[in-house]
Amino acid sequence: MPVIEVRDGTVVLGGRPVLRGVDLRVEPGEVVAVLGANGSGKSTLVRTMMGLVPTVRGEVSLFDTPLDRFRDWQRIGFVPQRATAAAGVPASVREVVASGRLSRRPLLRPMRMADRAAVEEAIAAVGLADRAKDGVSTLSGGQQQRVLIARALAGEPELFVLDEPTAGVDQPSQQAFADALQVLVARGATIVLVAHELGPMAPLIGRTVVMRDGRVAYDGRPIVDAHELEHHHGHHHPDLQQPGSDYVPAVASPMDQEPEDR
Amino acid sequence: MEVLTYPFMIRALLAAVFTGLAAPAVGTYLVQRRLALMGDGIGHIAVTGVALGLLTGTSPTLTAVIVAILGSVLIEVIREKGRTSGDVALALLFYGGIAGGVLLTGLADQSAATLNAYLFGSITSISWADVWVTVALATVVIAVSAGLSPQLFAVAQDQEFARVAGLNVRFYNVLVAVMAAVTVTVAMRTVGLLLVSALMVVPVATAQQVSRGFRATLLLAMGLGTLASVGGLTVSGLVSADVNVAPGAAIVLLALAGFVVAWPIGMLLRRRQRLAEPFAADPGVGLADDTDHTVVPENHQHEHGDDCGHPAVPHGDHVDYIHDGHRHAPHGSHYDEH
Repeated sequence: MPVIEVRDGTVVLGGRPVLRGVDLRVEPGEVVAVLGANGSGKSTLVRTMMGLVPTVRGEVSLFDTPLDRFRDWQRIGFVPQRATAAAGVPASVREVVASGRLSRRPLLRPMRMADRAAVEEAIAAVGLADRAKDGVSTLSGGQQQRVLIARALAGEPELFVLDEPTAGVDQPSQQAFADALQVLVARGATIVLVAHELGPMAPLIGRTVVMRDGRVAYDGRPIVDAHELEHHHGHHHPDLQQPGSDYVPAVASPMDQEPEDR
Repeated sequence: MEVLTYPFMIRALLAAVFTGLAAPAVGTYLVQRRLALMGDGIGHIAVTGVALGLLTGTSPTLTAVIVAILGSVLIEVIREKGRTSGDVALALLFYGGIAGGVLLTGLADQSAATLNAYLFGSITSISWADVWVTVALATVVIAVSAGLSPQLFAVAQDQEFARVAGLNVRFYNVLVAVMAAVTVTVAMRTVGLLLVSALMVVPVATAQQVSRGFRATLLLAMGLGTLASVGGLTVSGLVSADVNVAPGAAIVLLALAGFVVAWPIGMLLRRRQRLAEPFAADPGVGLADDTDHTVVPENHQHEHGDDCGHPAVPHGDHVDYIHDGHRHAPHGSHYDEH
């Protein structure tokens, strides 16, 4: 049973095609990095998976349920792409992380012991236990990003979707983040991660998807970053095909109507 | 002091307490979403509502509530759909609201003085029926903003995350807009439509000078709002024999005075916090390297430790202490300058 399934996912934003017939299946326990240049549609792809962007064509399913009927949101932990975790009113680290428990809490009920424990554990996992009471806006950019990751952790989800979690993040925070990710991988969580560069996360990645012009340009064995692919682009790139994979070379004829999108 | 026991003053004080609690409660969520001026916009639109009541001979409070709710939902829709041009659309609504109000008041053959009671408040002329409506509506607003605070907080903090957490973001956004509209009309009699936004925003701005968390800000703002509205009303009541002090203006100026006092305190707190920010260890400079460090020149008798009174600053693998304007750390028998 796939955790995420996108079939022929097509997204148009402001009259411009951003995703063009994307097919992607993520199986339980996979750690997938989505790479690509700016404007390649990598962020839109994960936002489409989360139902934040409507598709004009195609289907998205989460845990075998079509997106419009999906209600099991506590199974998902999402880290949106954000410059800051702060808003107009100060909020402490603990308060922001606590909102990660909302999908598990019934309306109008106070936090229970299990909720509090999960919040504290999530804060500790990203190495911010000593800053729990501090205002989020007093933290560095990297620490704020860690707060957002802790918020997703607090919900104890099975699937993590992270949109550029380490963009503009300092080195210690990147390492702290990679360590937190390692714990999740060990627990068997499924992870989909959009990134510009992988840095300390690289050893954890099991599969890489490279987006280009709204299409999946590469899907397979991990590569370090999208630039590696760009060097080979436009020619044969046999080194990118998984050795021993079930890759079948496409034999195209002039009358072939099948779009070669992959 | 006797003036405070007059029935009209007791009614006014009751209305002031509930308005003072409800306005900053909603205001906190507006400020969190960076919509501090939304209360102002709704206030302007409500002017048309009041005028509509004057024109049709129905209760201006009733028509104001209806028009304000419609206006606030419209603002919310424009904000959601409009994205970048949202503030211009809001401005158009503001001006339309106040111009429509003045026009309709003229058509209703009412003087500007009638409208003034709503623009700047007339808390001392409030009736028992008005008081109970105020208390009831304010109680609903306070109950909703406290009871649903985890949801409202999450939505205002990060809409995308809230949606993926399964919250109906549009519902909560409209809920805050409607609560703001109700609060504006409730506070209309206390501070007036033109000043109502001050009671929603200023206590929040004051509270966040000294608070670090959201809950603390919310509760402190509600306390400060009540203090300002009761205090301003009391002051205007006490001096009413000698000079004419408008209660609405007194309330808002008192709230602003609170901010003026809190601001330097906030500056000081933030400065102290910055001093305690950790320093990254300077790679390449080993502490044990005797050639590469500066010994504190003074004869240092004080033994630094937890709670010694000197701010402790994490620095790489050890802790510095701020002392007489410089940071230093123990090194063997002496202190190193950092």
